[in-house]
Amino acid sequence: MKGVRFWGTRGSLPVALTSAGLGRKLRELLRAARGQAIATDADIERLLAGLPFALAGTYGGHSACVQIDTGGPDFVVCDMGSGLRPFGQAAMAQRGGKAQTFHIFMSHLHWDHIMGLPFFVPAFIPGNRVIVYGSHRELEMALRRQQEPPSFPVGFDTIFEGRIEFRHLEPGVTHDVAGLRVSTMLQRHTGDSYGYRFEAQGKVLVYSTDSEHPLADPAHTERFVHFFRDADLVIFDAMYSLADAISVKADWGHSSNVVGVELCQLAGVRHLCMTHHEPVFDDAAIEAMLAETRRLEEITRSAAPLQVSAAYDGLEIAL
Amino acid sequence: MHLSTQQFADTIVVAPAGRIDHRSAAELEAALTPLLAEAAARQGPLVLDFAAVEYISSVGLRVLMIAARQMRAAQARLGVAALQSVVAEIFTISRFDKVLAVSPTLEAALAQSSDAALAAYRAAGGVQPT
Repeated sequence: MKGVRFWGTRGSLPVALTSAGLGRKLRELLRAARGQAIATDADIERLLAGLPFALAGTYGGHSACVQIDTGGPDFVVCDMGSGLRPFGQAAMAQRGGKAQTFHIFMSHLHWDHIMGLPFFVPAFIPGNRVIVYGSHRELEMALRRQQEPPSFPVGFDTIFEGRIEFRHLEPGVTHDVAGLRVSTMLQRHTGDSYGYRFEAQGKVLVYSTDSEHPLADPAHTERFVHFFRDADLVIFDAMYSLADAISVKADWGHSSNVVGVELCQLAGVRHLCMTHHEPVFDDAAIEAMLAETRRLEEITRSAAPLQVSAAYDGLEIAL
Repeated sequence: MHLSTQQFADTIVVAPAGRIDHRSAAELEAALTPLLAEAAARQGPLVLDFAAVEYISSVGLRVLMIAARQMRAAQARLGVAALQSVVAEIFTISRFDKVLAVSPTLEAALAQSSDAALAAYRAAGGVQPT
């Protein structure tokens, strides 16, 4: 298992950088460039490299989709949010017309995690195989239903012509898929969600999104610490502040940066990557949250440092 | 976890000490329950003196959220005072500084509670609860 690439990192629904937001960035950028050398492309690259990511880049707007680079021939993906569309385009560009197999692991069946499938072009192409894995009994029904009239113009069977297969994963049972040892765990979320632990070549990746953590339940905490244990990377739903997650947004099925740090510290995780960003947060808000989370990790550290990142569309993390 | 209480006029002051984490939060919750009930019943203020609290985890913050809800429902005042720098940062990062009234010192928190509480505190020589 070589690493991951994020194709969608936004929670609940996709968002786009607006003209007003882009205008604010451009004005700040031009202010930052005052008095700086910008005569050559190298000067410009140097200037951009010194700017905060929230100014020189954007966390992006597609909903959940994360690619796992196993090092093998097949593609492996977690969730089919709107980020599945650009992933599909990139996969086709990378491998050309050669027939491919795609293994897709579903955390759950809410809209923001399935909406990319009708736009997943590799599944339109004869010879390709798409195998969708999940622990929800309604998995196939949910994906078919989103393409029924009047919600979508082209039906599931019309567009995919039998290229999509479904595999039920029993929670708590370990499965071998595309060279990965895969185990799933039930998470607290309306309609249930499932976290995934992937292991290969001594590396451990945990994908745990749309998961609320009831703080008064030590057995729940212990289960997650066990599931996260010694992971090289945990991709974690840190949608809200802790105060919001346990008050006005309690039972909304999401978690916080504070709980992410605590669980990863207890489990001896090496890298926490926060995702499922709140759609109302702009780039500056996510960057501020990232800085605060890194500070929290620093002031509460009692063992080896925990690296903390905030996912953005296009981020690659090596394992 | 060590915890002491003291009364200044109408205000109950509760002073936990040490780390409030997944091991000790239940103890804090159990100790606070009757004191919150008493304060809520007479709509009197309660101040948590955090001068000796070194760390608080999400589980501990949950106890404070429950306390805040209970006191708000009773229209009684809950304040937190004298946060150590690490705990103050945790409050900011978790946004609990927006949930709870935080005062820099116990004296300032008591001044927010009532004139009688502040006078009683000063008459006692400004001593910290033991």
